[in-house]
Amino acid sequence: MTIYGVALLAICTLIGVGLGDLLGMALHVKANVGGVGIAMVLLISARVWLAHTGALSAGIKLGTEFWATMYIPIVVAMAAQQNVLSAAGGGPMVIIAAVLTVAACAAVVALISRIDKGGRA
Amino acid sequence: MSFLVELLTKQGLITAFAVVGAIIYLSHLVSKYLTGGRIHGSAIAILAGLGLAYAGGVITNGQKGIADIPMFAGIALLGGNLLRDFAIVATAFEVDVVQARRAGLLGAFALGLGTIIPFVIGVAVARFYGYTDAVSLTTIGAGAITYIVGPVTGAAIGASSPVMALSIGVGVLKAILVMIGTPFIAPYIGLDNPRSAMTYGGLMGTVSGVTGGLAATDPKLVPYGALIATFHTGVGCLVGPSILYFTVRAFTGG
Repeated sequence: MTIYGVALLAICTLIGVGLGDLLGMALHVKANVGGVGIAMVLLISARVWLAHTGALSAGIKLGTEFWATMYIPIVVAMAAQQNVLSAAGGGPMVIIAAVLTVAACAAVVALISRIDKGGRA
Repeated sequence: MSFLVELLTKQGLITAFAVVGAIIYLSHLVSKYLTGGRIHGSAIAILAGLGLAYAGGVITNGQKGIADIPMFAGIALLGGNLLRDFAIVATAFEVDVVQARRAGLLGAFALGLGTIIPFVIGVAVARFYGYTDAVSLTTIGAGAITYIVGPVTGAAIGASSPVMALSIGVGVLKAILVMIGTPFIAPYIGLDNPRSAMTYGGLMGTVSGVTGGLAATDPKLVPYGALIATFHTGVGCLVGPSILYFTVRAFTGG
């Protein structure tokens, strides 16, 4: 049954986001701390467990994979509702800060993946 | 005409499905025939989405891009945090557990760097533009972490509204740059495997930017980047109004 997959995904999301909120409260932070990450770990664990017990049906797969494939359309919709006008009109300080940040972080990613590859080879 | 507008408005989410489907279809045509497949269709679709958001902003003067036009309000639901998070979690179904566990520590390391580097740059740029008080410097620096960390930090330490707006501006622009830029820089920074995707997620942080950018680069990498990036905002909100603020205050002395 497809709904089992969707429900499994929903339960993992609810528990994960709930724990993330609680974690935020415990740390006195006005934000969700890693809720989606926790939910992802739960879903991964659920899949491993279902596959192990032989209960991973085609329906469960369909129910979760459908939402995974809807990810890009959702990102496109997300892009279409960003406040692009104000981001672009924020003046030079905003642009310089954002560009430098992205450039510096990209450079560090390049550095780390180079070291990482060298270290493993 | 008004009948059609009313229909599309009433069927909000359904209209959004149709509109986004059309955008993606056209983007794939553009990718195939105008760029010879060199630029990924998803990247073009995201760019088109941002273009529509700009148009929406110009037309309505609102803050939610194209979704401020009532007929396209469903876009806000389809692309909102609720369904976005639901779909990100779903992508975890395909995650290779062994890969993810092996890169976990590296991801956490990247998360730390991804919090400190943007903050330092944000503070430095704000200082260059004449801000000297610890509250404004911290708020703008926090905005460079993500556009949620900025206002959360600013609200916690009592920043002024224009500074908050700048802080959000830096964060949103960062997210957009990451969204657009990822597919182009990917080959140069070794972004082609789960490990580097997790490093990328930790350093870039912004969930919308990272997942959008990875989706346009290679959809298989999305869950790995997202797994780490979703901790970014939480960590930022944790250290922004505390450790980072105190550090800046120690330097400015006020």
